[in-house]
Amino acid sequence: MEPFRPVTAIAVPIKGVNVDTDQILPARFLKFDRSAGYGRFLFHDLRFDDAGNERPEFILNDERFRSAEILVAGENFGCGSSREGAAYALHDFGIRAVIAPSFGDIFYNNCLRNGLLPATVPAQYATELRDTLLRLPDPRLTVDLEALTITDSSGAASPFTLGSFWRDCLLRGVDEIGLALRHTEEIEAFERERSRRLPWLS
Amino acid sequence: MQSNVTSQSARTLFEKIWDQHVVLRRTTGPQLVYVDRVFLHEGSFHAFSDLRRRGLKVRRRNQVTGFADHYVPTRTRRVEDAPNERVAEVLRQFSENVRSTGIRAFEIDDRNQGIVHVVGPELGISQPGMTIVCNDSHTSTHGAMGAIAFGIGQSEMTQALATQTVWLAKPRLMRINVHGSRAEGVHAKDVALAIIARLGSAGAVGHAIEYAGSLIEKMSIEERLTLCNMSIELGGHSGIVAPDDTTLDYLSGKAFAPQGADWDSAVSYWRTLVGDAEARFDLEVSIDGSLIAPMVTWGTSPDAAVPIDGCIPDPDKLTGAARSSAIDALNYMGLTPGTPMTEIKVDRVFIGSCTNSRIEDLRAAAAIARGRTARVPTVVVPGSEAVRRQAEEEGLDRVFRAAGFEWRHAGCSMCVAINGDFVPAGERCASTSNRNFVGRQGLHSRTHLMSPSMAAAAAVTGRLSDVRRALAFGPKG
Repeated sequence: MEPFRPVTAIAVPIKGVNVDTDQILPARFLKFDRSAGYGRFLFHDLRFDDAGNERPEFILNDERFRSAEILVAGENFGCGSSREGAAYALHDFGIRAVIAPSFGDIFYNNCLRNGLLPATVPAQYATELRDTLLRLPDPRLTVDLEALTITDSSGAASPFTLGSFWRDCLLRGVDEIGLALRHTEEIEAFERERSRRLPWLS
Repeated sequence: MQSNVTSQSARTLFEKIWDQHVVLRRTTGPQLVYVDRVFLHEGSFHAFSDLRRRGLKVRRRNQVTGFADHYVPTRTRRVEDAPNERVAEVLRQFSENVRSTGIRAFEIDDRNQGIVHVVGPELGISQPGMTIVCNDSHTSTHGAMGAIAFGIGQSEMTQALATQTVWLAKPRLMRINVHGSRAEGVHAKDVALAIIARLGSAGAVGHAIEYAGSLIEKMSIEERLTLCNMSIELGGHSGIVAPDDTTLDYLSGKAFAPQGADWDSAVSYWRTLVGDAEARFDLEVSIDGSLIAPMVTWGTSPDAAVPIDGCIPDPDKLTGAARSSAIDALNYMGLTPGTPMTEIKVDRVFIGSCTNSRIEDLRAAAAIARGRTARVPTVVVPGSEAVRRQAEEEGLDRVFRAAGFEWRHAGCSMCVAINGDFVPAGERCASTSNRNFVGRQGLHSRTHLMSPSMAAAAAVTGRLSDVRRALAFGPKG
């Protein structure tokens, strides 16, 4: 996985709370292989009408936000289905960081597995930030994972949270599966003890 | 490796199971957690591709089970009847993936095929004290067996298959106590929707839920499965009910449950799986179950639920984001504030899904359908082929058919709407599934969530109806 570097980019505010993964990636696209990319499916039914034309009212179709690499959302973003396709779609569209007061648990994990930074911020800050971004002609933010800060164009920095384990993984581009495989000996020892203790489980 | 502080202080049920599964204890953040059972479905093909790309093998295939459920057609048992070639391909890929890795699987033509969250408990594959993962958010269902069960993504599935572990930070702990007796016509689904309406869709984010209290203790396993299933709609990491005699009676004799001396050893262990009285939860909620009425949703999030004798709420009584979300939801749903719920006409009815497709659900629906006639297209999709057979033995299929309901084969069907079964654009569906999200049952579909008996009531009246007034629904044979 690519190490996460500080990103300065357009940040798009996504309205509402409890934006579920069905909105981020409608289920009918899940059958497709990743090879062709999932970026065109991102927020598909909000972005496009039934004829495939852009819906002008959706914010990612606004010229100011088209090239967004940062997304700012409300409470419980990515709730619902476990589909990792939602993280694939954000990643393949070019999103590098998602800022919200809280996330669906599984979506949060899926972001981390795809090198996407889920930055947790206070609810009030997320609300104000979304309002501010809507007003700016050039709605840019800088997200610095090393410093755990979000900086707006005025230079004001605000903190976000991410656990140190995941921060290190993202910063160093660590592959968590590789990390788990390094503990094969401990897993084997655990399994031997488990078979002794709970023999019917094997 | 176990810390004395943890083992000596009072622990919750979740903590007792958790402590038994931590392979690598770290001071903060995620631990390396062992998974006893890995369940997968056709949609897990991304994880298999990842496994191949990385040159990794399935580590413990005996602890892995595959279920064809998300993409299977429900009119027939033939892959060729998939709605399009890509879906047929996904079904064939599933078969190839499980066969080439030696994973036991219930493929489309298996007599035990069905929805993973129905079949796992039904065959006794899901057991108390286990950790269970699956590429599906409703994996929380298996918590009803006294297990820690949760949904994971595809990358985590790759890890689970290759190492039999996941990285997981211990969730915060929450207990939801429901006491009192349920009123007539109130089912597990109503209890779940009432809890979600009260706490909100984010009410349990970051928390593992334990359901407790006299009302839960009196629930059957099938009812607990429905309740735990909906934990994810509260934002919960998982939901669990302490195993008790009801659990053991349910498991006894199941095909994959331990047998003979193993059963006795297992029971001795399972009896220890109860939280200590002094154990503390980060969050605790108490609900008087006797006040719960049959529930129905009006919006596009499961917490937008009201009693069936209520009305569409007025967004103007809300503020900020809640107000604008409610306005968007009402626009999408084509509903007006103040409308009594029982005045809302429906275009079709879906009885099925991992939430409500078990035999008790079908019996409840049949009790309303018996001797009456569907006013709108209605499909009944049993959760498994075993449920289907059981229902046919009991004559429920004849009740449904006589009422004009369609009787299908097992699968996820119209809940996730990727197998060819869907709600046409603009139509309103009374559904026993778990999500009323925008477009969930099909592009521009409108979903009202409810219990199986309420869905059957909607079918025979053509509108959302109060099942407590079933006598007024017309002819009864």
